Amino acid sequence: MNSENQAVEERTWSKPKLIDSAFLRWTITFLVIIYIIFAVRSFEINVDRIIRGLDRAWEMLYAFLQPDFLARQSHIFQGVLESITMTVVATSLGILFAIPVTLGAAKNISPLPVYYFCRGILVVFRSLHVVILAILFVIMFGFGPFAGVLTMIINSIGFIGKLLSEDIENISDETLEAIRATGASWPQLIIYGVWPQVSSRFIGLSIYRADMTFRQSTVIGLVGAGGIGAVLDTAMGRYDFNTAAAILIVIIILVLIGEYVSSAIRRRLT
Amino acid sequence: MLEIIDLVKKYDSGPLALDGVNLKIEAGDIIALIGPSGAGKSTLVRCINRLVEPTSGKIMLNGVDISSLNKKELREARKNIGMIFQEYALVERLSVMENVLSGRLASVSFWQSLRRNFPQKYISEALSLLDRVGLGDYVDTRADQLSGGQRQRVGIARALLQKPDLLLLDEPTASLDPKTARQIMRLVVDLVQEKNISAIINIHEVKLAELFTKRIVGLREGRIVYDEEAAKLDTDALTLIYGEEDWESERPAEDESE
Repeated sequence: MNSENQAVEERTWSKPKLIDSAFLRWTITFLVIIYIIFAVRSFEINVDRIIRGLDRAWEMLYAFLQPDFLARQSHIFQGVLESITMTVVATSLGILFAIPVTLGAAKNISPLPVYYFCRGILVVFRSLHVVILAILFVIMFGFGPFAGVLTMIINSIGFIGKLLSEDIENISDETLEAIRATGASWPQLIIYGVWPQVSSRFIGLSIYRADMTFRQSTVIGLVGAGGIGAVLDTAMGRYDFNTAAAILIVIIILVLIGEYVSSAIRRRLT
Repeated sequence: MLEIIDLVKKYDSGPLALDGVNLKIEAGDIIALIGPSGAGKSTLVRCINRLVEPTSGKIMLNGVDISSLNKKELREARKNIGMIFQEYALVERLSVMENVLSGRLASVSFWQSLRRNFPQKYISEALSLLDRVGLGDYVDTRADQLSGGQRQRVGIARALLQKPDLLLLDEPTASLDPKTARQIMRLVVDLVQEKNISAIINIHEVKLAELFTKRIVGLREGRIVYDEEAAKLDTDALTLIYGEEDWESERPAEDESE
């Protein structure tokens, strides 16, 4: 028995490496490390400036411990109201406009030219970050909530279009065939074959989207697109840290409420 | 009733799926389509209602060439062709009744289908079909609550609500256990004979084909290599369709061990 086992050569195994050549593997690792070292050095970290900044940081932190809700009460209130209005308008219009693009961007239910066109729209909409979009729209249409609403509509279309069209592409092909085989028209295929299969996901995404839009509405105000962010920007610009702190607290509370409500609704849906 | 002439299908990738198929079916005929996986059975069945677009050839159904119809005419033609699928192909989140009524989508407007406002005639027909397939108590049950056999019964009711002249069945029993498979085949064959519908049953299990159909068509590599009465199917025919195999031994595992 034993002698037999020894006669058989030990066969080993190890996981195949991502890059076969050992030389190439080590060269790439080395180059990446060198790059990171130089990259960090290129930032020219100025210790003096940081130390001076620390004073102001303390000042700010101290102010934040005494938030002042009252001094600019009406501005904060109006800012919040504007953000909420923007959220409602941008979310509902965004979802509405997203529907045709979403259907077009699902390969299994749309002809190829339409598919490429809608995918193209989604790629463009998604590649532009909200802040960049907001700056563009502020330049085009001036300061204020209109630019903000447009920004978030575009962003909603990109978000819902991308995620939901992928969900549509994953629904059962045979079910679609079955509905087609009955002689149903394309709109009937959508409402009878597609919608029931993605409706709960659609509603879930829409609620998440509303939550997301509110958070975005606080950011894009910083570049002049209206909402509570604009009030925050003004407060920061005046070094009025007590008011800024109050605004930040209000934003945090509203985001928390939004998150809680949206997750509560989504839990009910599934 | 249905005549397929020189039907060719070539997919963008890969060889010919159908290589000049000719097939003629009379009213009330029930034929089984057998053949190895990849022989083109599914493609053939799907070309008839153009879920798959044929590359060339003609599909004459009651004197109309289906392959030449435009979209609107095709929808009209599809009304007369019912289809039953391997994985049942129900809309899982809709109720049994909604699934059955979807068989009549082509006969109602968009708004009627959106509001599920089907004419009383179709509702009564759907209800009696559900009774007939044994699902009278499941009208408002969601399709995803049903067992495989029950789902296939919904699929049958949906296809028959169309009042089709021709019924296409794509592996209707392949996802079912042997007993349910037989029950489903019996139900389909009974209903098809009762309503004098022609049927093409694409099926893997030769035994079921022999049991429930009168005519067997063998497809191999996109060509029809066999077309005879079911009773005449013998081991030579099986070799012709599927290739060399010891067809006589029923349970090869037992033979080997003893």
